[in-house]
Amino acid sequence: MTLADLEIGGEATVQSVSGPRRVTCRLMEMGLLKGVRVKVVRVAPLGDPIEIRLRGYALSLRREDARGVELEA
Amino acid sequence: MTDAVLLAGNPNVGKTTLFNRWSGAKARVGNYPGVTVDRRSAQVELAGARELVDLPGTYSLTARSPEEEIAVTAVLEDPSAIIVVVDATTLRRGLYLALQVLETDRPTVVALNMMDEAKRDGIEVDVDALSRALGVPVVPVVASNGEGLKELKESVASVIGDPRDPLTLDYGDATSAISALQGDDNSVARATWLLLSVGDDELELEASVRARVTAVQRDGLDEEIIGARYALVDALVDDHVTERTNAGPSRSDRIDSFLVHPVTGTLAFVFTMYLVFEALFSWSDPLIGLVEALVGWAQGVAGEALGEGMLSDLIVDGVIAGVGNVIVFVPQIALLFLFIGFLEDSGYLARVAFLIDRVMKKVGLHGRAFVPLLSGFACAIPAVMATRTIENRRDRLVTMLALPLMSCSARLPVYVLVIAVIFAHEPRVFGFMSAGAAALLGMYLLSVVGTLVAAAVLRRVALPGPAPALVLELPPYRWPVPRNLLASTWTRVRSFLVDAGTIILALTIVLWALLYFPRGHEATDAILSERAAITAQQSEGEADVEALAAIDDRVAASRLQHSYAGELGRAIEPVIKPLGFDWRVGIGILASFAAREVFVSTMGIVFGISEADEESQPLRASLSEATWPDGRKLFTPASGIALMVFFVFAAQCMSTIAVIKRESGSWKWPLVMFAYMTLLAYVASFIAYRLGTWFA
Ligand SMILES: Nc1nc2c(ncn2[C@@H]2O[C@H](COP(=O)(O)OP(=O)(O)O)[C@@H](O)[C@H]2O)c(=O)[nH]1
Ligand SMILES: [Mg+2]
Repeated sequence: MTLADLEIGGEATVQSVSGPRRVTCRLMEMGLLKGVRVKVVRVAPLGDPIEIRLRGYALSLRREDARGVELEA
Repeated sequence: MTDAVLLAGNPNVGKTTLFNRWSGAKARVGNYPGVTVDRRSAQVELAGARELVDLPGTYSLTARSPEEEIAVTAVLEDPSAIIVVVDATTLRRGLYLALQVLETDRPTVVALNMMDEAKRDGIEVDVDALSRALGVPVVPVVASNGEGLKELKESVASVIGDPRDPLTLDYGDATSAISALQGDDNSVARATWLLLSVGDDELELEASVRARVTAVQRDGLDEEIIGARYALVDALVDDHVTERTNAGPSRSDRIDSFLVHPVTGTLAFVFTMYLVFEALFSWSDPLIGLVEALVGWAQGVAGEALGEGMLSDLIVDGVIAGVGNVIVFVPQIALLFLFIGFLEDSGYLARVAFLIDRVMKKVGLHGRAFVPLLSGFACAIPAVMATRTIENRRDRLVTMLALPLMSCSARLPVYVLVIAVIFAHEPRVFGFMSAGAAALLGMYLLSVVGTLVAAAVLRRVALPGPAPALVLELPPYRWPVPRNLLASTWTRVRSFLVDAGTIILALTIVLWALLYFPRGHEATDAILSERAAITAQQSEGEADVEALAAIDDRVAASRLQHSYAGELGRAIEPVIKPLGFDWRVGIGILASFAAREVFVSTMGIVFGISEADEESQPLRASLSEATWPDGRKLFTPASGIALMVFFVFAAQCMSTIAVIKRESGSWKWPLVMFAYMTLLAYVASFIAYRLGTWFA
């Protein structure tokens, strides 16, 4: 399952981050790394992007990029 | 060593607030060479350091684009000292950046900001222990009220000139790759910057450096480096910080459940944008009126004082009018930047990008392009300046080059006049709508579609490149500090006055000269002698004011028609004839380069009607009676619509050109804009005229 599939309110632990390096580097540097707990807080009214919470702050990213974030089962 | 003290940190942690507190009114804003990113600095005196610099916000010292590179370069350039500003409520992310700075040997102090919020949230930081662990002073501050600033300055003074040992991290398997890239300066910071940034980047690097980096890069290396740093961050926070205990929704969460809600959020969004719109359209109106009245008054006074003559005309209609053309934009610029400052500092601008990203992405634009585009409906000048909130250079340029197509308020008088002339009898379309209203609506739709299509095409053709990912922090909502809003607004206004203003003034004078010279022409002289005859009679008691005024209008018309601009209007007639325009419309188009609405008053002068505006009945009547030499009407629905379409697309605005020169940093982009818009205007207008005549 990926971060894009997580329901609103759902929480999970990050397994791996893949995608273009421009995106993965940025995500990892903002703390989205293996082992981190993430929670999907809400989805933009138009369906994309999504807002997640990690390490005590709110981050928004597009679904296409969230699909590269694999979650632990 | 440079003599600068740098303020580095994530976006929204309070760097600018701290900078403004420290520097007071001494701030100066320049540009980083090559990229149009503000360089905010101030003179300070502190233990030999002379300058305080507010760096652009950054999450790390990784940099793929020239804009991101600024912070890296500044840190690696050997400043006097670096203050890493971290937000005590999101300490982990801040410390991630701090560690990278600590990997250099530059004197460093960590400013632990937002201590008021940390206290409120029950976050406790063992400052002394953290300071010992990091090996540099850690100073708690509250930038918004200045608490801790004195201690911060003392700490900075104490570390200046005192190099420390770089922090060493255990990078595990990545160590060999890092040491392979450590140059003579032995810098881990530089090595990791290269490893994480090279590839998929836009950096200007020597080929040999690039080759050395790619030779040691491998899968998983990024994660090892970043992971090693976060491991240390997590250990530091676990040991020295008690984090938020109450796990319930934060204040920002509660606000967001309203402001980003599908229904209430959309309403709030529409309302906020409506306010921006109102500010630009209505609130600025009295101020603009005031500016215009002042300019008119100054022109009157100068005209009185200087009497008649060329010098007087130059000063009154060239210089003072030019200064007026500059300051008339100030109310809208100031209001827009107060608004943007408020939206940005409060945290709502990030939500705007979040809400609208889906739509903007379709045309290849960033969510942050929305406010500038919307502002384009009022005026392209403040709108172009507002593109500064878009970080990526290509995104910013695309937005800047496309938004002059938005139908600004200066086009409205032209539409109103033309519609009144071509649809004088108010015919209806579709049974309910007047043809005029339909045409007006059509022009606005055309401009919006044109803008979006132009943006999409420019993105692909003129500025191709990877669209930056939207990985956007949604910062907590905070009350903006008025001092910050005023400072950033003043900065913008001043840079407009100084940089774009001088170009606008110069262009106004050039345009004035084109419309003014040459003075003597036989046709004009003939009318002048008629006038002399009348004045001669008048002295015998028979004052005919009306006849005199009529003659003055004819003099003005004749002068304009025989000016260089007038001749130019005739010269371009063959070119614009396929659009349904004659040389008189040509003069109007040329003169409207000063500002589009000038088209109306210029047509007034050409047709011998002084001080005409778009509501003027005599002007409307003259225009609808105007004919070609063969007796055909000049203004038909076809040619009128073609003219409006021309104004929708043409870059008839020297101020836009000036401000794009200023904001893009070169003449290349305003010229690109002028070329594509003029071509587009010509082709679209031609098609409109052909279709119109074919239907009629
Ligand atoms: N509560 C609180 N708010 C602050 C503090 N420092 C800055 N702010 C607010 O945080 C927001 C972002 O500050 P700014 O200086 O623009 O951050 P920058 O992006 O790092 O330059 C603004 O609304 C400030 O008013 C602080 O110490 N406490
Ligand atoms: Mg700032």
